[in-house]
Amino acid sequence: MNRKEKEEYLREYGQLKAEGEPFFPYSVAQDSIMAVVVMAIIIGMSLVLGAELGPKADPTSTTYVPRPEWYFFFLFELLRIIKPPQLVPLATIGVPTIAIILLMLLPFYDRGAERHPLRRPIATTAGILAIFAMGYLTYMGASAGSPNEIEMKAPSGLTGAALVQWEQGKTVVGQSGCLACHQIGENGNDGLGPKLTHIANKLPEQAIAQTLRNPTSPMPSFKGLEESNPAKFKAMVAFLGQLN
Amino acid sequence: MPDLKKLLPPIPDSLKLQPRRAGTKNPGNALDQAAESGIHAGAWLDERLQLSGAVRWALFRKVPRHDWTYSLGSSVMFAFLSQAVTGVFLAMAYDPSTTGAYESIRYTTNEAFLGAFLRGMHKWGSTVMVVLVFLHMAQTFFYGAYKYPRELNWVIGVVLLILTMTMSFTGYLLPFDQRSYWATIVGVNINGTGPIAGPYLSDFLRAGPEFGAMTLSRFYAIHMLLVPGAIGAMIGAHLWLVMRLGTTSPPWNKPRKKADA
Repeated sequence: MNRKEKEEYLREYGQLKAEGEPFFPYSVAQDSIMAVVVMAIIIGMSLVLGAELGPKADPTSTTYVPRPEWYFFFLFELLRIIKPPQLVPLATIGVPTIAIILLMLLPFYDRGAERHPLRRPIATTAGILAIFAMGYLTYMGASAGSPNEIEMKAPSGLTGAALVQWEQGKTVVGQSGCLACHQIGENGNDGLGPKLTHIANKLPEQAIAQTLRNPTSPMPSFKGLEESNPAKFKAMVAFLGQLN
Repeated sequence: MPDLKKLLPPIPDSLKLQPRRAGTKNPGNALDQAAESGIHAGAWLDERLQLSGAVRWALFRKVPRHDWTYSLGSSVMFAFLSQAVTGVFLAMAYDPSTTGAYESIRYTTNEAFLGAFLRGMHKWGSTVMVVLVFLHMAQTFFYGAYKYPRELNWVIGVVLLILTMTMSFTGYLLPFDQRSYWATIVGVNINGTGPIAGPYLSDFLRAGPEFGAMTLSRFYAIHMLLVPGAIGAMIGAHLWLVMRLGTTSPPWNKPRKKADA
């Protein structure tokens, strides 16, 4: 805005203000009605939806799936979409930081005198796109499975008990933190450990079981699981043994 | 600078001492006497507080024609007040220690009078507040209300948005159930991946390199002292600017009379 536009705006605004109504009682009445509506919504949500309290925090459990509050889903989803490890800082801090800086500096780079949304096509389009992007990411975050889930379809040959065992093995592998170091199909990190997508081509089931019992450091041993819950251990071996 | 005294709306007649009719010494009935003593008390207070000018200016300043979306800002403030009040009552029964936090929340939820209702109001109040903050921001954006001369108020608003998100992040840990614990671990680790300041910010939030007993009390202090104080101060600045600069009118409203050139 140049000086002329500023003066013009201030003159027109002064006129609009002079034609307006006093804050009390008009705006006060409107704000009070809205306050009552807000209060009613909060009370209603509290009565209908309540506030549940889950099981007590257990720092030793490794199978719990963390989920943020729903309005952080769009950030959460960014993390899931951007998978390569070298780009993760970009997803976690880069994009949100850039978005906040852009938001904060908005009045300093959008300096046009026009205020009508239909005569500011770039700003209005950008705003609508941002709303859709956030809504889409929130929806994806809400409907997506947990980050510990392995998205893989069972081999077509499997039926009956073998299929059940395969599914159970998939869940156990996902929940046991394997994905932190191994990549399995589309999921997990290609990090410290080798990719497991085709592990059964290299190792027979017996060797897989032996590796789970006596792994090379820093991989944890699953010998304890075999003793406490042999069925789960067998399911893990069965699942990994089918990855070819 | 215009002469503010001239712009001030006058004190309403009903609040002014009326001159007595000639010949009468005392006001007539008890009602008149009560009204007169009220006016005297008000005048006594105003002589010492010097507030009536500011109050008259704030209450009777003209506001341009607007639609209902102009109440979104005051709704956010009202949701914040609701959070503050319910938060104070929740804090009365809360024990910010790793050993006692879950038990104290369980007590509030299952045994305390109206405790579950109170927790529900605080929990859903945060959702309502976040939604209202985004609606308020969207309205300001699409109405172009962040433009000259209100640029700095937009900046303050973005700071308030960040503070509101900080409130929800730190509050999520406090019930100390599985959900809040693991979500917070992930959140703090995400902070740690940030460039340069990231690891330091994570260490600050955790009160050390590991998630420990001090982490919960640190989150609690941030959630109920640091950030609410900052939000209160920022709301004050936000409102001051709103009152001084005036609220906008929707951009399609034009003055009925042509502005004097």
